[in-house]
Amino acid sequence: MKITDEKLFEKLKRRLRKSRENLTHELSSIFPRLTRFEEHVWEKVEEILLGADVGVTTTIKLVSNLKEKVKRGELKNPPEILEYLKGELITILRKEEDVLLKDNQLNVFLIVGVNGTGKTTTIAKMAHQVKQKNLKPILCASDTFRAAAIEQLQVWAKKLDIECVCHKRGANPSAVAFDAVHAALARKANVLLIDTAGRLHTYLNLMEELKKVKRIIECEAPKANLKTLLVVDATTGHNGITQAKVFQETLGIDGIILTKLDGTARGGIVIAIQDELKIPIKLIGIGEGLEDLREFNPDEFTEALLSE
Amino acid sequence: MFDLLSSRLNETFRKLRSRGFINEKDIDETLREIRLALLEADVNFKVVKDFISNIRGKIEKTEITKSLTPSQQIIKIVHDELVELLGNTPQKVSYSSKPPTIFMLVGLQGSGKTSTAAKLAYFLKKQNKKTLLIAADIYRPAAIDQLKTLCEEISVPFFSLGPKTSPVEIARKGVSEASSGFYDAVILDTAGRLHIDKEMLDELLRIKQEVHPHYILLVVDAMTGQDAVNIASSFNEQVGIDGLIMTKLDGDARGGAALSVKSITGKPIYFASFGEKSNSLQIFYPDRIASRILGFGDVLTLVEKAEEVIDLEKAKQIEDKLKKQELTLEDFLSQIEDLRKMGPVNQIFEMLPGLDKLKSNDTRVDEKYFVRTQAIIQSMTPEERKNSNILNGNRRARIAQGSGVTIQDVNQLLKQFEQMRKIVKQFGKINRVPFGKKFFPFMK
Repeated sequence: MKITDEKLFEKLKRRLRKSRENLTHELSSIFPRLTRFEEHVWEKVEEILLGADVGVTTTIKLVSNLKEKVKRGELKNPPEILEYLKGELITILRKEEDVLLKDNQLNVFLIVGVNGTGKTTTIAKMAHQVKQKNLKPILCASDTFRAAAIEQLQVWAKKLDIECVCHKRGANPSAVAFDAVHAALARKANVLLIDTAGRLHTYLNLMEELKKVKRIIECEAPKANLKTLLVVDATTGHNGITQAKVFQETLGIDGIILTKLDGTARGGIVIAIQDELKIPIKLIGIGEGLEDLREFNPDEFTEALLSE
Repeated sequence: MFDLLSSRLNETFRKLRSRGFINEKDIDETLREIRLALLEADVNFKVVKDFISNIRGKIEKTEITKSLTPSQQIIKIVHDELVELLGNTPQKVSYSSKPPTIFMLVGLQGSGKTSTAAKLAYFLKKQNKKTLLIAADIYRPAAIDQLKTLCEEISVPFFSLGPKTSPVEIARKGVSEASSGFYDAVILDTAGRLHIDKEMLDELLRIKQEVHPHYILLVVDAMTGQDAVNIASSFNEQVGIDGLIMTKLDGDARGGAALSVKSITGKPIYFASFGEKSNSLQIFYPDRIASRILGFGDVLTLVEKAEEVIDLEKAKQIEDKLKKQELTLEDFLSQIEDLRKMGPVNQIFEMLPGLDKLKSNDTRVDEKYFVRTQAIIQSMTPEERKNSNILNGNRRARIAQGSGVTIQDVNQLLKQFEQMRKIVKQFGKINRVPFGKKFFPFMK
């Protein structure tokens, strides 16, 4: 989804201002006192990354890389190390050129994730932004499991004045998706947003259910631009990697939406996800307002990540 | 990705064994392994730091270097220390002498407050407490509907004034209704909010001042990473919490957040939630979570689950048969049925120590395997089940058709069954329980 808004990332930027000084300060406060790079210096760098949830494996990899560079004399002082680290992170997070929203065809976004990551809210935000571009979105309430999930989506649909395809609670999620795809095609909608029930990736039968929903969409709208997007909560720790891995293996994931970045969590787990699984981050959620869903920007994200 | 701490430590020590002694450096390496395991379990890095220096002190005191099984001993020290930190005994809820006892649930968006509210209500109902649920989340669309639906499912009374009344007002009226209706307990479901949202935290404070809850419980998602400490300390400082509820423990998150928040706030963890069903809220057992954080599985919960579903008489019979080496397909079937009654097979296997290694090898346990096996055995005649030797080609073809599988599947099952019988024979000879105390030195 292409979002061209000039007042980008206000909340993130507030944190950014402090970022550079902070980390540099922290690193330089250790370095001058030392004649050589001792183990606990690296422990400090590790802690900065781990503290942002970058994950143990990726952190160790990054730090041993830095160590190697310092040993070879390629990096000499804290600012250099910081710049290099930032560059490394940006490389991992390299931006994908592929845009989510394609013109002249139906775009189907299947929104999946574990419980409580903010799938329904994200869908409302996406629908709002699609509408802002004078395109036609349709919602599909395939979360037929959680109590009042359908009502929640309907409230949003009403607020945004868009159509929402839904069945009763307990209905077959694939059947709802089937109807929604046909509704979207018949009404010449541009975007179909499918809300699914939150599920822990450890329940195989629920993962199978999602696979079926996806199969139905592929069958019924073969020409549509179908993207399966995994919603990940920025407060998630290492489990985020497992989530992404299992969803990727069973369902296939085209991108990640990182939500709840407006708290103090820095969402570093997406770096580990990118590093280990190569799933690109597409959008980030930075607040409760309908405007608070933004296109992912690796540079800004990295700056914010390394801030205290 | 979750390396088993024990196997990693064993690996470290295996290398050492050839040398025959352990020095300071070896202990450093061991502590580094423990540090990584805790970090992978999402324990906050500051908490890990203190924890490790604590452990170092303990290890030095016990003269671990002279031990013959240093890895086991270190694990025991780590485990005990974890249990100690998490609070030795399960927390009991004490009810107010002047009812109703008021529980107020607070937390971030999506941590599971509303579901937990219903589960807690069900828990209290089971304890014969007359409980009223109050829906004070007026912000999230349809949150009130959600709680109402859940209340209807578990038949617990529900109180709401709709989304137009202020949460403080809803809380006040709800509690006064509970008092006049002679309720024993009240559960207050509040809207999810960020721990840095001053305005929303003030609202919680106003509710607190209005109704004076006996328990303000912070609902924490087990999957939470490093930020758990910020969340918990912020809620604690600005609103004041009495304890915690951990949710979504039915996933494979190791739940290190429990340790982080406990050691930062000092507040006890009262409950843990293990699933989507209303009966999935349980009392929090520190030793079980400690095992889980270390990647040891949750054997005690498994034993409890097994006790719930397994008929002791029947188990005894099977045990006798095992000893006499007369295991039949019929027994095999009833064991599979018992196993499946305990819940999703994957969840059970996760509780077994050592088996999460299976998962990392991408050999996930397929629930369908058990369904298929059940179907195959059920397609056999009683005689065939008792004596698998009579299963000739004809019979196998009939069974395959009857259970909707191929003959190869039937053959495979019979082969596996034969192998199992062989293993059982060996067990009979050794006459030892596979999961004895020796297996887990740290268990009481």
